[in-house]
Amino acid sequence: MATTSISFAESSLLNLVLRRADDALILGHRLSEWCGHAPMVEEDIALANIALDLVGQARSLYGYAALVEGSGLTEDHFAYRREQHQYRNCLLVEQPNGDFAATIVRQVLFSAFMDLYWREMMTSRDKALAAMAGKAEKETAYHLRHSGEWLIRLGDGTDDSHERAQTALDELWVYTGELFEADDIERGLAQSGVAPDVLSLEGSWNQRLAPILREARLEIPQAPFMQSGGRSGRHSEHVGYILADLQYLQRTHPEAVW
Amino acid sequence: MSALTELECHQDELVARAREAVAQVRDPEIPVLTIADLGVLRSIDVATDGTVKVAITPTYSGCPAIDVIGFDIKMALAKAGFCNAHVRQVLSPAWTTDWMSETGKAKLKAYGIAPPAGHASRRALFGEESIVCPHCGSSNTERVSEFGSTACKALWRCKACREPFDYFKCI
Ligand SMILES: [Zn+2]
Repeated sequence: MATTSISFAESSLLNLVLRRADDALILGHRLSEWCGHAPMVEEDIALANIALDLVGQARSLYGYAALVEGSGLTEDHFAYRREQHQYRNCLLVEQPNGDFAATIVRQVLFSAFMDLYWREMMTSRDKALAAMAGKAEKETAYHLRHSGEWLIRLGDGTDDSHERAQTALDELWVYTGELFEADDIERGLAQSGVAPDVLSLEGSWNQRLAPILREARLEIPQAPFMQSGGRSGRHSEHVGYILADLQYLQRTHPEAVW
Repeated sequence: MSALTELECHQDELVARAREAVAQVRDPEIPVLTIADLGVLRSIDVATDGTVKVAITPTYSGCPAIDVIGFDIKMALAKAGFCNAHVRQVLSPAWTTDWMSETGKAKLKAYGIAPPAGHASRRALFGEESIVCPHCGSSNTERVSEFGSTACKALWRCKACREPFDYFKCI
């Protein structure tokens, strides 16, 4: 049977662009699941807006991925026509929404990382990535501020909201180590001035989080180990369900446009 | 008149006509503003064969209006007699509300949306400037939500006239 999956030539730059694009697409998709279900209408709108920013960032990145790959594929091919093991997103963004506290904790952890990442990317030697970063950094700063304020409200709120926020933080913490994993691809592109050195962002990330967690009266978990695998395509089972939803149309009607 | 000047005159006239057609295209989400008011329209070039090249920039990465705007530009140009048009999206320099014209800001206010206050900065982005109610002019206002009906707006409330209003975020 003919496959609807694309084949493409791998390269370091393409891999890096896909990591950023997949993070944005998968988290954007996760957040959009809240649409119509958030605890209040303002938050429903807020989560949908953040999802929209992320899907927009993903589109620019996939468009660039197609350009880098150079064989005539499009942004849609990269978004919808790869196999699960070809997605390069971190495990954090694929975690289920859980309750509102879990969604907010995931958002704070990720946005605090991306806020630092995009700000450094603005001085990249790669003009296309620097341009995308110039747009994304303002959006990301706004996402961090919004989710950070919510985390403070939840952590420093009722006994119930505090407990839920702490539980979410404890459960999601094991997925944060992966954000700072510097393999040959990250290291190589950092050395050539194309992308930030993710390893070097960890200290600043902890510094960004500390005052938020302190004000939220939340304790930084002590994780005995960190989960890993997303960057090399080893995902949790959750991604299969996400892709079934995301890819259905393009798998059933390849090349459909409207 | 020499042939050359005639050609130049003709070219200037073409550019002016194309610009006029494109500049009046409206933002589908805030139809009171044209893309020129918004600062989304970055450049227009007309080649000697009449091909028009337009560069636009999105307000936010995920702004769904940008594709519609691209389509509307081509339609407007076709109506003005330019059948060959290319619309290109540019990301850099990143769009800022500082590019919104004074006319645009006045139109927004008259439409009931508070225009971006001051110049783009982290402080301004986070809505820490005082925002004036577009209905009654009072500065006694408060933020209800950091996000609004579109990516570019936040939801505010006036404590003087009790009316809610949209605020066009300063970015
Ligand atoms: Zn008022």
